[in-house]
Amino acid sequence: MIETQNITFSPERLAQVQTLLKRYPEGKQKSAILPILHLAQKDFGWISVEVMDYVAGLLDIQHIEVYEVATFYTMFHVHPVGRNVLEVCRTGPCMLVGSDNIVKYLEQKLNIQDGETTPDGMFTIKTVECLGACGYAPMMQVGEKYHEFLTEEKIDQLLEAFRQNATQL
Amino acid sequence: MSRLKILTEHIHKPEITGIEGYIKNGGYRAVEKALKKMQPDEVTEEVKKSGLRGRGGAGFPTGMKWSFIFKGSDKPRYLLCNADESEPGTFKDRLLMEKIPHLLVEGMIASSFALGVRTAYIYIRGEYMYILHILQQAIDEAYAKGYLGENILGTSYSLDLHVHPGGGAYICGEETALIESLEGKRGNPRIKPPFPAVEGLWGCPTIVNNVETICKVPFIINEGGEAYAKIGIGASTGTKLISACGNINKPGVYEIELGVPVEEFIYSDEYCGGIKGGKQLKALVPGGSSVPILPNRLITTTAKGEPRLMSYESLADGGFATGSMLGSGGFIVFDEDQCVVRNTWNFSRFYHHESCGQCSPCREGTGWMEKILHRLEHGHGRMEDIDLLWDVQRKIEGNTICPFGDASAWPVAAAIRHFRDEFEWHVLQPQEATRRNYGMGRSAEPIEQVTA
Amino acid sequence: MPKVTIDNITIDVAPGTTILNAARMIGENVPPAMCYYSKLQGSGGKCRVCLVKVTKSSEQNPRGMPKLVASCCTQIADGMVVENVTSPEVIEARKGIVELLLINHPLDCPVCDQAGECHLQDLSYEHGAATTRYDFGRRTFDKIDIGPYIQLHMTRCILCYRCVYTADQLTNERRHGIINRGDAAEISTYIQNVIDNDFSGNVIDVCPVGALTDKTFRFKSRVWFTKPVNAHRNCDKCSGKVTLWFQGEEVLRVTGRKDKYGEVEEFICNTCRFETKQKSDWVIEGPRRIDTHSVIAQNHLPYELDVVHPQIEAAQ
Repeated sequence: MIETQNITFSPERLAQVQTLLKRYPEGKQKSAILPILHLAQKDFGWISVEVMDYVAGLLDIQHIEVYEVATFYTMFHVHPVGRNVLEVCRTGPCMLVGSDNIVKYLEQKLNIQDGETTPDGMFTIKTVECLGACGYAPMMQVGEKYHEFLTEEKIDQLLEAFRQNATQL
Repeated sequence: MSRLKILTEHIHKPEITGIEGYIKNGGYRAVEKALKKMQPDEVTEEVKKSGLRGRGGAGFPTGMKWSFIFKGSDKPRYLLCNADESEPGTFKDRLLMEKIPHLLVEGMIASSFALGVRTAYIYIRGEYMYILHILQQAIDEAYAKGYLGENILGTSYSLDLHVHPGGGAYICGEETALIESLEGKRGNPRIKPPFPAVEGLWGCPTIVNNVETICKVPFIINEGGEAYAKIGIGASTGTKLISACGNINKPGVYEIELGVPVEEFIYSDEYCGGIKGGKQLKALVPGGSSVPILPNRLITTTAKGEPRLMSYESLADGGFATGSMLGSGGFIVFDEDQCVVRNTWNFSRFYHHESCGQCSPCREGTGWMEKILHRLEHGHGRMEDIDLLWDVQRKIEGNTICPFGDASAWPVAAAIRHFRDEFEWHVLQPQEATRRNYGMGRSAEPIEQVTA
Repeated sequence: MPKVTIDNITIDVAPGTTILNAARMIGENVPPAMCYYSKLQGSGGKCRVCLVKVTKSSEQNPRGMPKLVASCCTQIADGMVVENVTSPEVIEARKGIVELLLINHPLDCPVCDQAGECHLQDLSYEHGAATTRYDFGRRTFDKIDIGPYIQLHMTRCILCYRCVYTADQLTNERRHGIINRGDAAEISTYIQNVIDNDFSGNVIDVCPVGALTDKTFRFKSRVWFTKPVNAHRNCDKCSGKVTLWFQGEEVLRVTGRKDKYGEVEEFICNTCRFETKQKSDWVIEGPRRIDTHSVIAQNHLPYELDVVHPQIEAAQ
């Protein structure tokens, strides 16, 4: 789990925030809330109350406005998650070609249930609704990347790669 | 046989992603032509003539939509591209944006010019973040080449184009929810009227168009609306991207000329390549999860016995009693081993998960339907559950703020309408139903009288 | 002025009037409204119980509207013809929506302070079915105190959003809102937070159900055992015009003055509502007319409140 103390963007991020704000008319800076929440999740791992309050400050809006938005959109993790969130699509077209088995395999392999995080904080399994990869199913998204045509072998390789990646960091 | 490809002709050329390669293959000619040789209203006129219909699902004529934009105030006008592709079974816009991003940028410039728009946004679903980067790069390249920004190509027309990510909410594909989301709020659809063309983004006149719709505009400008209208069949003009998935040999995105027979689309090697493993075709959802599911007997021929074609009209032939909809082109094929009850439960879970919760019929009804279907699928259903389910979906349909309510109700209604025997079997044989699937059932039997 | 016909009664109304408000002007068979509140801008359209059928859109457009429309946010047009209680389709749809509103609502009226003046109770009595077909677990939440005066019992909430609009439009800072989505959506401060400003108490008056209740009145009495009396005082924050709810000589509760649609005439401040409960603080004007369909009227005050309670008369 990533520490969420000291919630402040780096100067580079703040510059990026300024660029984002310029995309919307004067006084409509609230529009930048979703792009900024995405940046915040990237930097801080999950969207804690502190992060939301910080974003409210950046946008000069009330705190509740950020709570309302962050809890509406399912991409934002408002509870701590593992380093790699395995977002497995469970909707119809994926189910037709075996997404249920993929979830089961992951649960068995990582010894956690859907929605849980491994004790080492490495993985979280999160089933999600249609990610627009129905023709390349079954699939999961990890970070920004889509992993498609999943098989048990492919999952083994991916999990190994994620672990390797973590040790290199 | 080689078919006309309007969007995807060059899509497999690796260089097409960059602006140089795109221009080399004829890109940005529409911007040149529109801005230098045409008046904005002439562009709209060509789009009207083309008969182009919205490719997001509703199929509303694009030119007519554009003509509704309110010009009586000095408020800025906005064009929003709906790239919130989230309808289960639909993955076509993703292909366009990923492989040929400049086509969308070009379409946005030409369309914005037609509408008198000075700032436009592409609202892309947050999960497509990697595509957002691709689009951003294309936009940056277009700025550098003078296709965006102040005085485009030396004309008096200026345009800023931005890309904006969503955060994971299917409902934001509904145009007023998209606007709310772009304003930085929860994606709750607005009550209409006022319609976005009069009062949309920040209270200003706004047009929202799907990615594929916008991508058709360059062709219409280059070749003329009439040339586009000659393609296709009847009021289903032009081509359509169909994203095919499920139990077929060749899942993927196909650009078809509207009017291709469904049978050819499913079985020919040019398209889906037939059912995987040589199995029987049990059912089809032709236009994304929201449209009615069709049983085997109504897929390749209509109730009248005519060949069913891939067009707005033919897929809808017979109304909801024996037809479906072209919708977004999310073509989901079910083989004989699939369970309709399970799939309907799965779709209901999707709608329950995605309901914004603003209006009561949808907020409460989607959850209720999911629970009943869960019970049926898991062997605890009762015979009266089937009628209850029918009744609940009727209470939602037509009574909600936005079309999401209908979208959640239609798949349930159609499943009961055409596969009632399978639902009953789940109630009568609960043990067996958890062990094996029902198979074809009466899906392939000749058409009988059914009521809507 | 444009003419509109609702259930065969024709009335002239100002342009821009909604169907619901036109129906209120006629006064008979008014569509129910659980989320619309005329004093709160932007409210309405969500609960869907006010759906009506438009059989003729206007003089120019004789076609009706394809779907039922929310009467609270559909404006009339000249020559419009509307069916409310004369349309079996409307009655049927409304019954269905009431059923849906109730599936997750607890059956705790016997211990709910709102009972007797609850709009959902009235609605289900008038438009609902006698039994439920819903046999799954209901959505529940823990009760929370938001500040010293208000209790939020989310389990009872029907998500009308009125309290959110109230906080937005009457106060400088909104601390509560709607979090999560779908049927998991809830009214919340998200973090343990206190709603504390001079007008926060109005969220109690606008709440159509027992989700937001007055802690100073909690379990003191059933509302139908209390006597509503109009009173006023000089207040530097609000109009000071209130309704006092007496039991004997004791003021159990202070609320805004509500009209027959349950809407307050004027919003009042927290000082008047929560901190001014001595009879001597108030100038008594006379009994409050209770002409709603509420049990307060039905039990023993049926439309004839001209008889003044002797104790109150003596006090004046």
